Parts: sequence; C-alpha cells; structure tokens
Amino acid sequence: MIEVQNITKRYGNLTAIDRVTFSVAKGEVLAFLGPNGAGKTTTMRILTCFMPATDGIAKVAGFDCLEQPMEVKRRIGYLPETPPVYQELTVTEYLTFVARLRGITGREQTAAMDRSIERLALGSVRHRLIGNLSRGYRQRVGLAQALLHDPPVLILDEPTVGLDPKQIIEIRELIKSLAGSHSVILSTHILPEATAVCQRVVIINGGRIVAEDTPDQLSARLRQSEKISLTLKAPQADCLTRLQTIPGVLHVSAGQAPGSFLVECALGQDMRDEIARVVVTQQWGLLELRTISMTLEDVFLKLTQHEDGLPQTASVGTEVSAS
Amino acid sequence: MTPVGALIAKELRGYFVSPVVYVVGAVFLLIFGLLSYLYIVFAGAQAIQLMQLQGGVAQLNLNDLVFRNLFASVRFVLLIILPILTMRLFAEERKLRTFEFLMTSPAGINEIVAAKFVSVLLVFLGLVGLTGLMPAVLMLFSDFDWYPVLTGYLGLILLGALFLAVGLLASALTENQIVAAFLSFGILLVVWLLSGVGSLLGDTLPGQIVSYLSFMEHYDRLVRGLIDTKDLVYFFSGLALLLFLTHRIVETARWK
Repeated sequence: MIEVQNITKRYGNLTAIDRVTFSVAKGEVLAFLGPNGAGKTTTMRILTCFMPATDGIAKVAGFDCLEQPMEVKRRIGYLPETPPVYQELTVTEYLTFVARLRGITGREQTAAMDRSIERLALGSVRHRLIGNLSRGYRQRVGLAQALLHDPPVLILDEPTVGLDPKQIIEIRELIKSLAGSHSVILSTHILPEATAVCQRVVIINGGRIVAEDTPDQLSARLRQSEKISLTLKAPQADCLTRLQTIPGVLHVSAGQAPGSFLVECALGQDMRDEIARVVVTQQWGLLELRTISMTLEDVFLKLTQHEDGLPQTASVGTEVSAS
Repeated sequence: MTPVGALIAKELRGYFVSPVVYVVGAVFLLIFGLLSYLYIVFAGAQAIQLMQLQGGVAQLNLNDLVFRNLFASVRFVLLIILPILTMRLFAEERKLRTFEFLMTSPAGINEIVAAKFVSVLLVFLGLVGLTGLMPAVLMLFSDFDWYPVLTGYLGLILLGALFLAVGLLASALTENQIVAAFLSFGILLVVWLLSGVGSLLGDTLPGQIVSYLSFMEHYDRLVRGLIDTKDLVYFFSGLALLLFLTHRIVETARWK
C-alpha cells in the first residue's frame, strides 16, 4: 500500500531524511521509531503530500505523492503531531466539517460520524467545545478525524501522546483492530508501544533507516550471546569458578545483589537445565533462573547511540536492508 | 455540501464565535453613523446659511455634501478595520497547526483560498449592508440622487474586497496575527501614498502609471458616480493578482 524509495528531504544544507526506503503491505502496522528529530515527522509529511521530497519516490495505494496528490489525500487518514482541531467548534461540528471536506454527505455522513465517535468513546463529549476538552480528548478527536472516512491508509504521528494509561491501551487495541483491513504507519518513541501494536519496526536515526524488522527479530539479531540471570539462596565462594566450568558457558559475573549472577552462554544454546542441575547438586538453593532477552529499548539504544555504536549500527543497517 | 461550502461555513462560524467580528462591526458602524451624522448636520448648517443669504428654500445637493464626503472618509475606516478581520485567516491555521490538516485534506489550495476570501467578504458585505440603513432613513426626509450612492457603494465593496485580498495575502505570509495585520496596514498605506507620489510626478508617463497603481483615483471616480471600465479592470485584475499570489504563498509555505 505504501512504497517509499530513496526519498531524501533537504532543508537548505540540513538533510532531514537521507535515502529512506521502506514499504508497508496492505493490512500491516508499521512502527516508526526514532529519537526526536530523527526524521519521522518529515517522512510522514511527505507521505501525506504536505511537502514534496527533494528526491525519491513516495507512493500510496499506487498513486505517486507528487503526481497525484489528490488521489493520495483521499486515501489517507492523517493525525499530525498536534491534533488538528478547531477550538471554537464542538466535536460534532468539527467531525461534520471534516466529513463535508471529504465529500461525505447525508446518511453516509451520519454513519461515519457515529462510527468514529463510538470507536474513540467520544459520545459523552460530542456536544462540547473542543477548546474546553482535555489534551487526551483532543487527541482522540484528532484520531476520530483521521478514521472518519475509513481510509485504507492511516498515518499517525505519535497517536498516544497525552493519553492516560487506560486510554493508551484502548487506542492500541483500536490500532490493532485496524490491522488487516488498514495499512497503518505510526511513529512513536515509546518502545513497548511498537512491540505491542506493530508487526514491523523501522528504526530511523539522523534521517537514515538503521534497522527494519519485527521486534523479536531485531532483538535476536543484535544479541551477541545468550544471557541468563541466576539468583542463589546460599552461594558458596567457589560458585563463580564452578559455574564457569560448565561446558558451553562463556563467562560468569557476579550481579549487584548478593547471590545473583549473570551467566553468558554461546548463541543459540539454552543452558538453563544444565545450570539448574549443577546448582541443585551443589545445594546452593536455586531462587531464580531466567533468560534475559534484549528488549526493544536495548536495541533502540544500541542502534541510535552515536558514541559507541556507530560502526556497528551501520553494519546492522546494511545487513538488514540487504536481507 | 461541497468542500468549499464546508470551508466557508467553518470560517463564518470562526468569525461569529469570536468577539472580533462584533467589536470590529460595532466600531465600524459607530464611526459610519457618526460620520453620517456630522456630514448631515454640516449640510443642514449650510442650508440655513444659504436660506439666510438668498431667502426661500435652498436647494441642497446631498450627494455632494453628504455621500461624497462620507465615502471619502470611510476609506480610512476600512484601512484600519479590514486587516483586523483578515489577520487570522491563514496565520491562525498555521499557529494552531490546523494548516497541515487543511493541506493534507482533499480540498485544493484554490478551494481553501477562495473559501477564506469569500467568507471574509461575506462578513464585510454584511457590515456594508447594515450601513444601507443610513441612506434608507435619509431618503424618508430628503431628496437625493440614488445613482451615485449606488456606484459609491459599488466602489466601497470593490475597495473593501481589494483590502481584504491584501489582508489575506499578508495573513498567508506569517503565523503571527499581529504581524499579518501590520503588514496589511503597511501595504495599504504605501499603495495609498502612491497617488501622492503620482501627482508629484505630474502628468508624465511614470506619474500616470504610479497614480494608476493607487486605488484612490479609481475609487474616487466610482464615488462621483462614474462607472469606467478602466476602474473595474483595476479592481478585478488587482483582486485576481492578489489571490493568485496568496495561492503561491500558501503553496510554498508548506515546504518550509
């Protein structure tokens, strides 16, 4: 549904995004991750035909953003960073305005508005002025606007900003329910959100895509060893050396808490049963034994930190885009 | 309802829920009323003088004494109040980030610019319509020629439309409403003063060109009751040029 090939956007000397390429299939939810100023909003603005790219091709539903912007605009629901609401209108008036602007009239309009209001639970505020609503409600009105014409493509710039935890869960559920029938791109810097909602993650930093994969694959890819956390009730002095002698264990280090250890094993090996057997026979009192998987946070930090990760980052980026 | 209709309805609602239209309208009508009153009283005083000098009933030309002066003065009022009406049109959308929404909606820039211009023009026509009470009441008590009054109103509307188009252009240039208002004051005053520069240059070709660029002589002829194609061409081509420039500015504003 969405195809982006080598788009570049320059503002004078500043390159906001640099040869970004990715695509979104029909019914797929893609998360755009990146620190502030990474180029997420710029990419979204190009896709929504708000601004043209300096170079490259962006296509939505088969229509070129530069050649046929009207066709693209008709097929996109867009929630910008700041919810685009008019404070002097009530929720109903605002949605009526949006519907008319999109050429939805009559019975269709009533149905579309009712559906949008119900989906975002705006029923209780539908006759209130948007200017008097809280940030969370305004955000939801903005989302209602994007969903109103039931577009095949949704582009949401940080859709859960300003919502309370309960609303965040509701909105995530809503986005998940849209998957399958709608293609969604959402930008976020809240990592669990990407894991919770999206099938695929694109990590962008400094205007370049540094990684693109499913959340699980990403963390697997960046892991250099299997890490196991071990907590013992009665550790002995020879614990470290004894653990070290288990075949397959690469390195053992003592954790911060007394009795806790970090065991690193070779990639692709599950050493938990072996470690457990040793601990039990030595009667060290096993309290906890679990594998540590790399969270998306770790992946993200690893990929976006310039100081120590740049050469590595670049290699991961090329590896991913080559695959 | 078409997208343009929806946009116009939204703009009009924006005007009438904010106090700006009411304050601007009240001030405009108050000043219009006050000016009318003053010119009518002066005309009355002159009539009494004439009667004392000549005896009998003096024939007064209300068109000259009241309406021409009134229309000449109202220009200043328009120059001050119309930029206040137009300053929010694009500046506010850009400030509140609804501009991005408009530009990514399926409404074209033509439609957006046209809707904004038509909506503020409707507000202005409403205000001008209310001033129509004055000649209507005056007609009950005296005699005057309606034709120059109507051409005067035509001039007033064309001049107002031109001012509004300048204001719309200024509003598209910035996201600060105060800057937009001041910019349109500035542009209008400079164009106004062009007529002075023109008369300074005298009856030479540059002088004629500069005078033609100012709206003064075109408006004056309409107020005197002359409908000249030359003047209509001036107003309509000016309007078209300003709206076209606004379109270009809106088009490029999103690139930044």
